[in-house]
Amino acid sequence: MDMQVAKKKLGLKERYSVMTRGLDWTPSYQKMEDIYPYIAYEGIKIHDWDKWEDPFRLTMDAYWKYQAEKERKLYAIIDAFNQNNGHLNVTDARYINTVKLFISGISPLEYVAHRGFAHAGRAFPGPGPRVACLMQSLDEIRHAQTQVHAISNYNKYYNGMHDFHHMHDRVWFLSVPKSFFDDAITAGPFEFMVSIGFSFEYVLTNLLFVPFVSGAAYNGDMGTMTFGFSAQSDEARHMTLGLEVIKFILEQDPANVPIVQRWIDKWTWRGYRVLTLVAMMMDYMLPKRTMSWKEAWEVYFEENGGALFKDLARYGIKMPKCAEQIALEKDHLSHQAWSTFYNYAAAANFHTWMPDEDEMAWLSAKYPNSFDKHYRPRYEFWREQAAKGNRFYNKTLPMLCQTCQIPMLFTEPGDPTKICYREVDYKGDKYHFCSDHCKEIFEHEPEKYVQAWLPVHQIYQGNCFPEGTDPTVEGFDALGAVLKYYNLEHGRDNLDFDISEDKKNFAEWRGQATKNI
Amino acid sequence: MSTVFLALQTNEDTRPIIEAILQDNPSAVVDEQPAMVKINADGRLVVRRETIEEITGRAYDLQELQVNMITMSGNLDQTDDEITLFWKS
Amino acid sequence: MQIDLRTVTIKPLRQTFDNIARRIGGDKPASRYQEGTLDMQQTANFHYRPTWDPEHDIYDASRTAIRMADWYAFKDPRQFYYGAYTMARAKQQDTAEANFDFVENRGLAATLPESVRDTVLKLLLPLRHVAWGSNMNNASVCAYSYGTGFSQPHIYQAMDQLGIAQYLTRVGLLLGDVESLDEAKRAWMEDDAWQGLRRYVEDSFVIKDPVELFVAQNVALDGLLYPLVYETIVDDVLSSQGGTAVAMLTQFMTDWFAETRKWVDATVKIAAAESPENKEVMARWLSQWRDRSASALLPVARIALGNRSDEVLAEVVQQFNARMAKAGVTL
Repeated sequence: MDMQVAKKKLGLKERYSVMTRGLDWTPSYQKMEDIYPYIAYEGIKIHDWDKWEDPFRLTMDAYWKYQAEKERKLYAIIDAFNQNNGHLNVTDARYINTVKLFISGISPLEYVAHRGFAHAGRAFPGPGPRVACLMQSLDEIRHAQTQVHAISNYNKYYNGMHDFHHMHDRVWFLSVPKSFFDDAITAGPFEFMVSIGFSFEYVLTNLLFVPFVSGAAYNGDMGTMTFGFSAQSDEARHMTLGLEVIKFILEQDPANVPIVQRWIDKWTWRGYRVLTLVAMMMDYMLPKRTMSWKEAWEVYFEENGGALFKDLARYGIKMPKCAEQIALEKDHLSHQAWSTFYNYAAAANFHTWMPDEDEMAWLSAKYPNSFDKHYRPRYEFWREQAAKGNRFYNKTLPMLCQTCQIPMLFTEPGDPTKICYREVDYKGDKYHFCSDHCKEIFEHEPEKYVQAWLPVHQIYQGNCFPEGTDPTVEGFDALGAVLKYYNLEHGRDNLDFDISEDKKNFAEWRGQATKNI
Repeated sequence: MSTVFLALQTNEDTRPIIEAILQDNPSAVVDEQPAMVKINADGRLVVRRETIEEITGRAYDLQELQVNMITMSGNLDQTDDEITLFWKS
Repeated sequence: MQIDLRTVTIKPLRQTFDNIARRIGGDKPASRYQEGTLDMQQTANFHYRPTWDPEHDIYDASRTAIRMADWYAFKDPRQFYYGAYTMARAKQQDTAEANFDFVENRGLAATLPESVRDTVLKLLLPLRHVAWGSNMNNASVCAYSYGTGFSQPHIYQAMDQLGIAQYLTRVGLLLGDVESLDEAKRAWMEDDAWQGLRRYVEDSFVIKDPVELFVAQNVALDGLLYPLVYETIVDDVLSSQGGTAVAMLTQFMTDWFAETRKWVDATVKIAAAESPENKEVMARWLSQWRDRSASALLPVARIALGNRSDEVLAEVVQQFNARMAKAGVTL
């Protein structure tokens, strides 16, 4: 052990206790409510912070030692990957679009998690949760930075990633992950812990990381695989924190149970909606598939989450009721999402394409109840049209859900032929929703969700053009102006994969690497 | 009982750990995936320091496991001598 | 020598991300510190106001009285991103471990003169709580300040201070036992000698302005405490009384302060150099918190220095003033 002790040898738990909670004291020169002002307003009752059980008992010296070891390994592999032009070993250039999705959609969230856990750690009066939160805050900046460093080399050779920070704050579909994390960090510290620590890290993280990382491994992307697995080794710590938070809050007071249940319901659904992007990545964007979205959902949510909620039943916590609707959507989610991105390929920072024959066969086999009936005919039509030179690019802006901010692309539960619309009148305005669950979330906190920065509304209000743009001039090119605001280079960052510079360059470079030309 | 699991990176560090886990948990099932080994067990899985030390012939600190751990499921309890994953129900 | 093992040489389309290129004056290779720091924090189109602070945006430069045209003017001279930071600390941790082993295996703790051992337990152990307070304050600055250039070093500082609190705990367990820790905590809570310092720390907990908190904690308090306790009392006074072993056990703190003050000085300098208004605010905070810090530390210094305390502390304050003058703020 690193924190060794002379004379009477303390056990791990006792030693860790003097190293953390032994440091704390009850202040007398300032009032508790002035030092910890954010702890009461959510209605969570904590009677005894000492009841907190530390899951991993890591002191800072051990933390530095093990984390430095991970970092040394990781950067050695990233360097080797870069020096070796490792990007030319990926299955095919379509794969790189998952990397674009990751850096512009996910990496900025790691950063928000870093700040959010610093805030939560500062907000909690208990030393146990504070140390765990701050350690996670430190881990999260690691994740944000290792992702940027690993993907930096892809950015040198491929398009779409060159201004990902700027795009994350502006591009229409990136408001989906962004608003999810903005929602969490603007909630109170307890809700933040339930949303990110529990619902996201414990319940859903396996669905994000394991598919992405195994996907990278399957597709020859050693750089991404390495940072993914390296980040996951911290995730095991984060997951135990998430589960501990829930158990701690529930054990403190029975009045906490309904509040926590509502948060679990809300955040499971919010998180699941964000995972729509992962679903289409798994089923469409990985040239070599690991497992289908549906299979991943069954293993990591239905089976594993089922065990978790069975375990939590003793506190009176139930499986979130949205699980029923999710089960109905699992045959459709990825196909509906990919169809939408295929439509809007002119306004996104990655390329889309139609699956080839083999891929269609794989989709039919994985989705026997839905693919051939509802999606294959649509794809065949689009493919025919593209072959005739009519590749379809939708230029009409879609209506967005006020809560999850995804275009209204989802169908009625149980009826995949009808788009699901819900609406609410609030203070004289009408608000639109993709589902009953998003509508309920709004109804519970309308003052929060009316604030949402909805990209489509903002475009129509003229807030998404470069400064000095005059939209009233004749022949005004609205899409062009919006792309400029996004700093998205038309013809390079967007449109169909088939006509992309990425495809052309990759073929040429790989040719140089494998043939004598 | 529900399944608990532990997933580790496939490498030289984890080979003896996996061997130790299988020795100590007769019901454990190994699921090998790309670059990753997932070990599933019914309701409870224990990682014992002594067994790992017997296999490697070296002193082992269970906290080192974190370097190679990818994911897990279940409640976790850790002491100097063992890490236990379990479901209560 | 670099051996080029590339199979092919292909020309990259760009050297770095656009935001980095905009900041470093063109598309050229950027460091990992730059790519991991610049513009990492979101700046536009936030969706909701914090329910815990509806007056502000999630990240909001107006939480402080300090005004910056560009918050990325703040740069960490150590160029710490996570990897560089943890590797630096792991190396120091190795040294600290070797030092603890050395003291322990040779039974040096038992050979310490009783008076030295007594001073260490009385003086160093209550400082665990000061370090713990600093952990919380630096977390606060990290959470509520603006721009990763400014906020990032504070999470490192927060965790360093937790590490220091834990090293001090180990010193206590090595030279004493769990009861020594309890006794030190009792002194921290009750003894007159510690009340000024405890009041200082608790008052710092309610500072809302993140830059003022940086000043109160990392500049004014640590800027007097570390030179006084570690550089003067431990390294000079106790060593001359046969307590060299103690200096080995606190080497982490001495090295750490020498390193982190470079970042602290650079930060003060950049904030003050921005405008006369900033300089005025910084000077006001610095002198106000320096004076409080000095008077809170005086009774603590007496534990080890007796009637030399005023003289030694005055010297430490003078060095501090010189340090600040070098950073551009005359106090």
